[in-house]
Amino acid sequence: MRVAVVVFPGSNCDRDALHAVQLAGAEGELVWHETTDLHGADAVILPGGFAHGDYLRAGAIARFSPIMGAVRAHAQRGGLLLGICNGFQVLTEAGLLPGVLRRNATLRFEHRWVSLSVERRDTPFTWRVPDVITLRMPIAHGEGNYWLPDDQLDELEAAGRVVFRYTGPEGNPNGSARDIAGVIDATGRVCGLMPHPERASEALLGSDDGMLLMRSLVESVAAAPARVPAAA
Amino acid sequence: MTVAEAPASVALHRRLGLTDAELESINERLGRAPNDLELAMFSVMWSEHCSYKSSKRLLRTLPTAGSDVLAGPGENAGVVSIGDGLAVAFKIESHNHPSAVEPYQGAATGVGGILRDIVAMGARPVALLDALKFGWPDDRRTRGLVDGVVRGVGGYGNCVGVPTVGGELLFDPTYTGNPLVNVMCVGVVASGGIAHAIAPTPGSLAVLFGSPTGRDGIGGASVLASASFVEGSAAMRPSVQIGDPFAGKLLIEVTLELVENGLVEGMQDLGAAGITCATSEVADRGGTGIRLDLDAVPLREPDMQPFEIMISESQERMLAIVRPERLDEVLAVCRRWALPAVVVGEITGDGDVVVVGGGTEIARIPARALASDVPEQLHQSAPPTRRRLAPAPGETPLAHDGLPERGMDPGAVLEALLGHPNVGSRAWVTTQYDQTVGTDTIEGCEHAAAVLRIKGSRRALVIATDSQPAVAQYDPALGAQMAVAECARNLAVTGARPLGLTNCLNFGDPNVPEAYWQLTESIRGLSEAAMALGIPVTGGNVSLYNESPLGRIAPTAQIGMVGLLDDIDTLVRPQFRNEGDIIVLLGETGPGMGGSAYERLAGAAPDDRPPSLDLVREAALHTVLRRAAAERLLGSAQDVSAGGVAVAVAESAIWSGLGADLLLEVSISPAASLFGESPGRAIVSLAPEHWSSLARLCASHRLAARRLGAVGGNRLRIGLVGVGATGAAEERGAGVADELDVALDELKRAWTQALPRVLGVRA
Repeated sequence: MRVAVVVFPGSNCDRDALHAVQLAGAEGELVWHETTDLHGADAVILPGGFAHGDYLRAGAIARFSPIMGAVRAHAQRGGLLLGICNGFQVLTEAGLLPGVLRRNATLRFEHRWVSLSVERRDTPFTWRVPDVITLRMPIAHGEGNYWLPDDQLDELEAAGRVVFRYTGPEGNPNGSARDIAGVIDATGRVCGLMPHPERASEALLGSDDGMLLMRSLVESVAAAPARVPAAA
Repeated sequence: MTVAEAPASVALHRRLGLTDAELESINERLGRAPNDLELAMFSVMWSEHCSYKSSKRLLRTLPTAGSDVLAGPGENAGVVSIGDGLAVAFKIESHNHPSAVEPYQGAATGVGGILRDIVAMGARPVALLDALKFGWPDDRRTRGLVDGVVRGVGGYGNCVGVPTVGGELLFDPTYTGNPLVNVMCVGVVASGGIAHAIAPTPGSLAVLFGSPTGRDGIGGASVLASASFVEGSAAMRPSVQIGDPFAGKLLIEVTLELVENGLVEGMQDLGAAGITCATSEVADRGGTGIRLDLDAVPLREPDMQPFEIMISESQERMLAIVRPERLDEVLAVCRRWALPAVVVGEITGDGDVVVVGGGTEIARIPARALASDVPEQLHQSAPPTRRRLAPAPGETPLAHDGLPERGMDPGAVLEALLGHPNVGSRAWVTTQYDQTVGTDTIEGCEHAAAVLRIKGSRRALVIATDSQPAVAQYDPALGAQMAVAECARNLAVTGARPLGLTNCLNFGDPNVPEAYWQLTESIRGLSEAAMALGIPVTGGNVSLYNESPLGRIAPTAQIGMVGLLDDIDTLVRPQFRNEGDIIVLLGETGPGMGGSAYERLAGAAPDDRPPSLDLVREAALHTVLRRAAAERLLGSAQDVSAGGVAVAVAESAIWSGLGADLLLEVSISPAASLFGESPGRAIVSLAPEHWSSLARLCASHRLAARRLGAVGGNRLRIGLVGVGATGAAEERGAGVADELDVALDELKRAWTQALPRVLGVRA
């Protein structure tokens, strides 16, 4: 099992994602954005940060990075692709996931611990999450306010493609439509979320709930492929 | 005042801020009169900000030696070994005047600047802390400053991916015209891989990499940081640097890659005084010279004058000293990160900084004359005529000490204290900072000390920054000592031992005898406290001229400290842990409400004074706290500082959701017992079966330890007993509570709403 973590100039959670992937028992590799080869990785993570500075709009330039051709091809082959925070923003800009991430409703950068309800436990990213558990992990972003027109939100929900929602007393930290924190694509192989599972990878850091997602991803390929639904 | 704005009739050296005597010294060192370019270079290097000419003599008295210190003052940052082949680099620096003029960019470039200092040592930054001081936020301008500074700190730190894990926020009217923005950075480096700002070998090349050089920040250090504010400081805006955190992030990665791969001989960041400072310092430290080709410097604007290029403070630039055979590798690394890099000069053996423009030599100055051989300035020092000192040990407290609390409900006072923005939650600020990037943050901004684990080991860094300007208003030496004591105490309560101390000294105009006296006294106090507690001073920064038409700031010695916890499992946190644990006050409560949060709220008796500090007892407290943590006796530990015992207990309760029931002995006055801030004290909680061990430990260190009560319930109750309590109760009117009894929810609400309430924002 090998996971490639893409490094854009300005990525700043690349090493954190690598650390979490390794904790989950996979081999990890940092892949520079100018290369066009993922070296046959089984899964790809687009990490958090400010790719290319994000002075324009988060992810707007990163989608043109050379590596994105290989990332797209990887997804089209049915490879697992996870975008965290800035990575989620890049995936929406690249059209690999629906929706846009607008500036937070507070118009400020928000760093908070949030609670997430897991709406789908039958995806390669969540199948290790036990029933009824809500996940605690941090958010840290200025543009995480998920938005789609209402009719498309209806469709997204009807298709069961909302995977994570903000819940609990902390509530919705950024004004996202229908409390959406993460979504999945129609194939069920491409997922993005604003919260940071890699930062909730050890109890010492306040929570290891994020490891449930990292293990789901890693073990989807490695341990129990038969149990993993091929498509949502 | 910028050169352009001064009347042309004034001699150039004066327009650049140099005195006639300094011009004479320059003539002496050159053996001739300087040309205009040379004069400009001298003016920035001999500015207060770059040369420390008013403070150097005083700073020499600080204790800098320590067995673990790998690099001390004079380097870009102090470095202390933490064992296992690792070391920490850390430093605190001010960006006060730029932030007052343009809060967002001033604060952002303050973060960028201190990051580069750490990176230049070859260390990867792992933590930022921001210590902010503003005027009382009842005017829109101050609120705008708060908003801009906080956005600026976050804007830079969040983008480069270094967590902001701690800091301080104080409001005081003396900062209205001159806010303080002090930023601390901590980095981790392999002990064998420390880089130095030095050019040791003639024939090596000087490679400038990072952003191109522009007109922003021309003379930022000499203009902004070396003179007091006068009316119309908005005209100084062109002197403020503009930050580009994305370029800053690339610069961090390139610099660390160059250092880690052993591709450079020396590394120097470009900050104040830009290219002039970087080149002259590396040459001076190496005992070499440098020949600089100005035409090679990449520019943002084509028509820049040589003096502009030499003193520009454009951000996100670094100077690497490289052996010629390594040049291609160095340039390849820069190219990979798409960061411009060019050879701008060659290291020579003649000791001179030589500037070549258009093929001809346009300046030649001995590096030493620019960097280290700066005439020091002597100033007159005079204490204010009326002073109130802390009581000497054993002195009888004033009979009316603590007068103001009579007739007050102590519960209402506690709520008011928790709801004070200097005491209550900083969350409105700190939720705008990324605190968890890097996946090392165990404790972020919530409490008094940040805790970061060191990956691959059992150990953790504990970091804090503190100041005591209100006490320093009474007595600058005591204020500095109390800041050192509080900072060290904040490490000790977690169980960590301090490794080293960095300081940012923010003071007024050194030409004013009272301001210079404040500086002198503060450094004396700092030195005494650091020595008594055995903590080496590894570096720091001096910011003078913090004055505005509204007056001089309170003397502010901002202390930053890094400590080491050997086993993360022994970490003690400040929140209560278990219902039924007993609560113990360690240390003695002394008289004196001067400089306290209570004084700010309720006033003090006209001749009341700050509490006194016994550094021997303080050291004993820290030893006991560390031993108790290592022996795993404690459930929680929290230092007693702003708001006294009542606030310390309330915070432990708020943060844990567990109430407490206590009886507090009153020996001086109810106010002193509940809200007094005499140092050398901590509130700990522990399982009842550990009490005898703790009591023995305290006895062996002659430290007072009193059982106050127990953890439990959903209210905070503090009853008062003793002679003092009875006396005060007699004078309390009917219907006034004789004990403190408040629901935890109410305390939490007050604490949470402190900042949103005064800033007029949502929590």
